[in-house]
Amino acid sequence: MPDMSPKKTPMPEQDPNVRNKNFDEVSLGYTLEMAKAEASRCLNCKNHPCVSGCPVNIQIPDFIAQIVKGDLDEAYRIITKTSSLPAVCGRVCPQESQCESKCVRGIKTESVGIGRLERFVADYHMSQNADNVVKPEPNGHKAAVIGSGPSGLTCAGTLAKLGYEVTVFEAFHIAGGVLMYGIPEFRLPKAIVQREIEELKALGVDIKTNMVIGKILSIDELFEDGYEAVYVGTGAGLPNFMGIEGEGLIGVYSANEFLTRINLMKAYKEEYDTPINKPKRVAVVGGGNVAMDAARSALRLGAQSVSIVYRRSEEEMPARKEEIMHAKAEGVEFRVLQNPIKIIGDDNGNVIGLECVEMELQEPDASGRRRPIAKAGSNFILDVDSVIIAIGNAPNPLIHRTTPGLESNPKGCIVVDDETLATTKDAVYAGGDAVTGAATVIKAMGAGRKAAKSIDNMIKSKQL
Amino acid sequence: MFKILEKAELNPSMTKMVVEAPLIAKKAKPGQFIIYRVDEFGERVPLTIADTDKEKGSVTIIFQKVGYSTMLLDKLNVGDYILDFVGPLGVPTELFNCKKAAVIGGGAGCAIAYPQAKALFNMGVDVDVIAGFRNKDLIILEDEMKAVSSRLFVLTDDGSNGVKGFVTTALEANINSGCEYDLVIAIGPVPMMKAVCNVTKPHGIKTIVSMNPIMIDGTGMCGGCRLTVGGKIKFACVDGPDFDGFEVDFDELMKRNAMYRDFEQKARSKDCRLLKQAEVD
Repeated sequence: MPDMSPKKTPMPEQDPNVRNKNFDEVSLGYTLEMAKAEASRCLNCKNHPCVSGCPVNIQIPDFIAQIVKGDLDEAYRIITKTSSLPAVCGRVCPQESQCESKCVRGIKTESVGIGRLERFVADYHMSQNADNVVKPEPNGHKAAVIGSGPSGLTCAGTLAKLGYEVTVFEAFHIAGGVLMYGIPEFRLPKAIVQREIEELKALGVDIKTNMVIGKILSIDELFEDGYEAVYVGTGAGLPNFMGIEGEGLIGVYSANEFLTRINLMKAYKEEYDTPINKPKRVAVVGGGNVAMDAARSALRLGAQSVSIVYRRSEEEMPARKEEIMHAKAEGVEFRVLQNPIKIIGDDNGNVIGLECVEMELQEPDASGRRRPIAKAGSNFILDVDSVIIAIGNAPNPLIHRTTPGLESNPKGCIVVDDETLATTKDAVYAGGDAVTGAATVIKAMGAGRKAAKSIDNMIKSKQL
Repeated sequence: MFKILEKAELNPSMTKMVVEAPLIAKKAKPGQFIIYRVDEFGERVPLTIADTDKEKGSVTIIFQKVGYSTMLLDKLNVGDYILDFVGPLGVPTELFNCKKAAVIGGGAGCAIAYPQAKALFNMGVDVDVIAGFRNKDLIILEDEMKAVSSRLFVLTDDGSNGVKGFVTTALEANINSGCEYDLVIAIGPVPMMKAVCNVTKPHGIKTIVSMNPIMIDGTGMCGGCRLTVGGKIKFACVDGPDFDGFEVDFDELMKRNAMYRDFEQKARSKDCRLLKQAEVD
């Protein structure tokens, strides 16, 4: 009999007033008892609607049934049949709008905590130190992956399991992409990302860092080097700015820069040389996960006040619900229906204020979105010394600027066939944020997996 | 890991290093840069490529020991390895075939101006090189610059080499004596580049400047190197580092470059890792 308790088994967490001063992980993870209790809330529905909500179609009720039985190795095996980075996804997927949104339990009460269970199984596997990865039989074919973020790693892992000799090229000095530079330690510990990458290396994936493809080598040169297919997973690495006065002032950061200094370059640790000016009063512009990450990081650096400034209402915020709740509990102030129009600086070019206007939402337009418009005469100035802009990213331009034959749309997104993810250039595939613009880790992983299958089909069809 | 093949002190504040990086050497063009990171705890620092040797597979960098991370790099010797060395980044300088060009370098900027002068000279352009230094002890690359120019003008701020003045002094004198430049390339401290533009603008001489803002990744991701060019935000790493000098907001760039000055001073203080290491050595 399933456990019919209406609420999810609570996740143990660091106390908000303790965690907002450290960079350790906020959610501490389930114990075996908690995981079993949560797993037994699953009804194991016949048509398992949750699976259709997962971009990589993890067989969710099957792995949950194994947790109830206590066979965690089997649970892990089921998850990793279709997912490459379970410890990552269990932590950062927007489950409430994916698998958990389809959960039958969620219709009347809270859905099953699928993400928490996935994380539990992945963490258990890592804690066992079981390096039972079997290197697949080589199939004699070589593929190159550009970018080692979630999309590239998934594509590489999927191809490696099929026997391909895969090389991943990464521009930074360390692999992981946004998982390393973007998502903070307190939400996704970097040691976990590196463990997942070690698993891929054990499968035979070769990762070359410090390689900016398009500069040091072109895609055509990769083909000359014997690679038969190329996957472009270069992400959405070109931060948008608002185009308002004062964005060049000292104390204005893109969220990418602020987070990279902290996460990748470890500015919060004494022993690292990375400089960062520790802000006191911070405004973060935007309402997505990146905005929440930046705001919560600013608190942890010791800021006295941190506000999220968002031009729509909280309902429209694209961030995961859990991130919004965590940010609020930690003391981030939410200023919704407010929009920055000018950043004010002193004579030395330092930020001393952010001028905003109040906004109101119009009736939904044809697209169903409620457009915000400024209320006349509602201008006011926020007393801040730092402004972090987290209003999204455009796709990175390096590859398409340096690769003849690779088409992209006016927004800079690489054009692909929806079914195969083939680009306009022969044997070159693309996916993730480089194609869609900034989206989620799991969608990028879904694309990486899809492209790997297309690459395999393409290479097999050539042999016929 | 990237091996240091040669190291030479050009003057008390500047060092030249030749680094083994065959793939970068093969691709690099004048105006492009690399980013290095000395060790696990180090910053990522951009440096413009001073020269390459495709045969030997080496890249030459010349740096001024001004900040903590350049001092850390300077502690390495021939045979040592630099942990990370990535490039060639940025868009190469658009060197077009013109009749007469002035290539202007200020201090450490001469290290970057030199490959530009060399490329133009090899294209058959009549090149004047104008190089400015604070005093005669800081003069670098004099023979090299002489070899790739029709005329070389070396000036010092204090006149200690016998020619007192700024680079603009020589540039103005040349223009006033009837020199018809079609192109000016200016590389050096931001105030110098601004001053050069103020000289060339009234004459409508196309002037290219090379920007040196603070950077992290060098691939467009962080946006830290942004500057205002023609009223629009541009990223020095992917849109530059060269820009039309008449369009650049130099004043904003000067302020942004001072962003971590306090941090730099702290780094030079007693707590710094370099000094601790020096005590151990």
